[in-house]
Amino acid sequence: MRWGKRAAVAVVGVAALLTASACGGSDDGGSGSTKVEVFTWWADGGEKAGLDGLVSQFGKDCAGQEFVNGAVAGGAGANAKTVLASRLQQGDPPDTFQAHAGAELSDYINAGQVEDLSADYDTWGLKQAFPPGLIQNLTVDGKIYSVPANIHRANVVWTNKKVVTDAGITSDPTDLAAFIADLDKVKAKGVQSPLALGKDWTQLMLFESVLISDLGAEKFTGLWNGSTDWAGPDVTKAIGDFTKLLSYTNTDRDALDWTDAEKLVMDGKAAYQLMGDWEAADLDAKGFQDYAWFTFPGNGTTFQWLADSFVLPKGAKNAEGTKCWLKTVGSADGQKAFNTKKGSIPARTDAAPADYPKYQQAAMADWKSATQVPSCAHGSACSQGWQGAANSAMGAYSTKQDAAALQKALAAAAQQFAKK
Amino acid sequence: MRRLRHWGPGLLLLSPSLILLAVFVYGLIAWTTKVSVSDEHTALGSKGFVGLDNYTNLFTNDIQDRFVHSLKNLAVFTVVFLVGAMFFGLLWAFILERGVRAEGFFRTVYLFPMAVSFVASGVVWRWLMNPNMDDNAGGLNAVFVAMHLDFLQSAWWTNPTWGMASMAIPAVWQLSGYVMALFLAGFRGIPHELREAAAMDGASTYRLYRNVIFPQLTPVALSALIIIGHMSMKMFDLIMSVSGPQWLTEVPAIYVWQSLLTSDYAKAAAISIVLLLLVAIVIVPYLIYTNRVEKNS
Repeated sequence: MRWGKRAAVAVVGVAALLTASACGGSDDGGSGSTKVEVFTWWADGGEKAGLDGLVSQFGKDCAGQEFVNGAVAGGAGANAKTVLASRLQQGDPPDTFQAHAGAELSDYINAGQVEDLSADYDTWGLKQAFPPGLIQNLTVDGKIYSVPANIHRANVVWTNKKVVTDAGITSDPTDLAAFIADLDKVKAKGVQSPLALGKDWTQLMLFESVLISDLGAEKFTGLWNGSTDWAGPDVTKAIGDFTKLLSYTNTDRDALDWTDAEKLVMDGKAAYQLMGDWEAADLDAKGFQDYAWFTFPGNGTTFQWLADSFVLPKGAKNAEGTKCWLKTVGSADGQKAFNTKKGSIPARTDAAPADYPKYQQAAMADWKSATQVPSCAHGSACSQGWQGAANSAMGAYSTKQDAAALQKALAAAAQQFAKK
Repeated sequence: MRRLRHWGPGLLLLSPSLILLAVFVYGLIAWTTKVSVSDEHTALGSKGFVGLDNYTNLFTNDIQDRFVHSLKNLAVFTVVFLVGAMFFGLLWAFILERGVRAEGFFRTVYLFPMAVSFVASGVVWRWLMNPNMDDNAGGLNAVFVAMHLDFLQSAWWTNPTWGMASMAIPAVWQLSGYVMALFLAGFRGIPHELREAAAMDGASTYRLYRNVIFPQLTPVALSALIIIGHMSMKMFDLIMSVSGPQWLTEVPAIYVWQSLLTSDYAKAAAISIVLLLLVAIVIVPYLIYTNRVEKNS
């Protein structure tokens, strides 16, 4: 009897545990649906507002299709990318997902996880609507894989007007020498670190701007496609110029994120900060009026762009719905609905500037006429692995200041990651 | 049949956890090992077997010796963390054991930090260890300036050589109380007769602790070392919240995460296995030792 009781308890216990674990199975799916799951990391703020604008436009353009929000919040997209990677590996892709346009997509393209959209670009007339420089940067081996929803500019210097005027500076510098002279003037007024800077990726942004000044747009783009040598003397010179600029920055840069550095400018503890043009929306949101901006000195008419874009993953459950979403994203109405709320500019050149705030109007005018170059810090110039290696090299340089080691590391990274 | 009756039900009851362990611990270790000897460096998947290349590359061919640098960081962090937590843990346990008023109160105060997650305390310590100095000083540096102890100001974790020692301060703060609790239990576990016998023999207080009490605390000290030692080697959350992922404070666990984010699965797996071996070097002898002790008793 005793044996029987013990055995019964054991069997029931095991059965209960196994049933419990069997219940963890998945129950989503449903092929041939009219749902479009849009996977982004836009969960709040201006980004969420922009997405909402896009969704309402989608509702008008694509009657019968239903939008499903697949946003994963946090970590500036890092969390979302982790979730996305595992879903793609399991062969369970969302109907479309957000990715930085350009080289960051190359990981997905090489893995055969996204579809070629070149034919749709022709049908939707996007090749005429987007500037040729952007089309050229987006094209990989003759094919285009994503539709950019917006454009941001990376090579912009933001200034605290009062600090700059107090230093007796009346015009914006147009080359590095003039910029350094201005930095000296501000420093002479008792501002210890006139150029605000943050941790590794913001340092990479600054270094990329210096590279554009020293190498020019064409050779700069060549750094990322393998046609310009990272070990060359012009890169050495750029590292020298970058080091000179570092001497004007705050020593606690590695402890700061870009918003902390922005605060130094707002508080008048720094005069300048190089940052992407999302800073305009952020400064407006924080109620700081006294700011101005200019293109990084020496960049001329170069527009260093980055863009959020959407793709059509292989094996999407509702490819038709996704294509309608992508069409909306690329359309004039869709771009207006998204960008007026997010604080970026449309990738299309036929948008009406009157719909946009002051900074965006200036950027839109530049976008039409400028030379487009991509950005590694924001994934349009280099793959994620390359970006990680570059950030790490910049972080090491910030503390060790070993110029030869930096150049060697960047050259090694290019060798490892640039397409042969 | 009779023997089956004897251990059959027990085995059946254990089987769910045995199966789960086999699949989710040992199975996954085996799978990680397999990935670590493949060339799965992109989302494309693996093309083949590369032997130990991923491991040798980590040590000899990593850009800017990134992996070796992360190991150095981990070494500095672990030494400071272990020495600090053991020292303060033993000190507090000793003081409480000597009998102070409101022992319960102090015990709680010392133990409390352990209840806070590394993420929450990391955010606070990020503010406290603000590396700005003098006019711009914040956090602890500002306190030092206000007290006219300017020379005490520090660059904290942004110091390229000894920054990881500062990074260990929050960990020491958090785990010392736990070590104290372990030691206190050790002190209380020593029979009173031993102290009386030592007193009868005319031993001084120093001799009592040196020759009677401390030797009996060796197993406790070993347990404490192992527990916080393996925590230290896997440290991730604290560093992520104090400095974020960056070269300066990178340790192997963070490097794994960074490699995974860039789809370099083979590299991430190789670092994970190195980390596992590091922890095993510490844990396995300990397990053998405790097994032997338990068998003997």
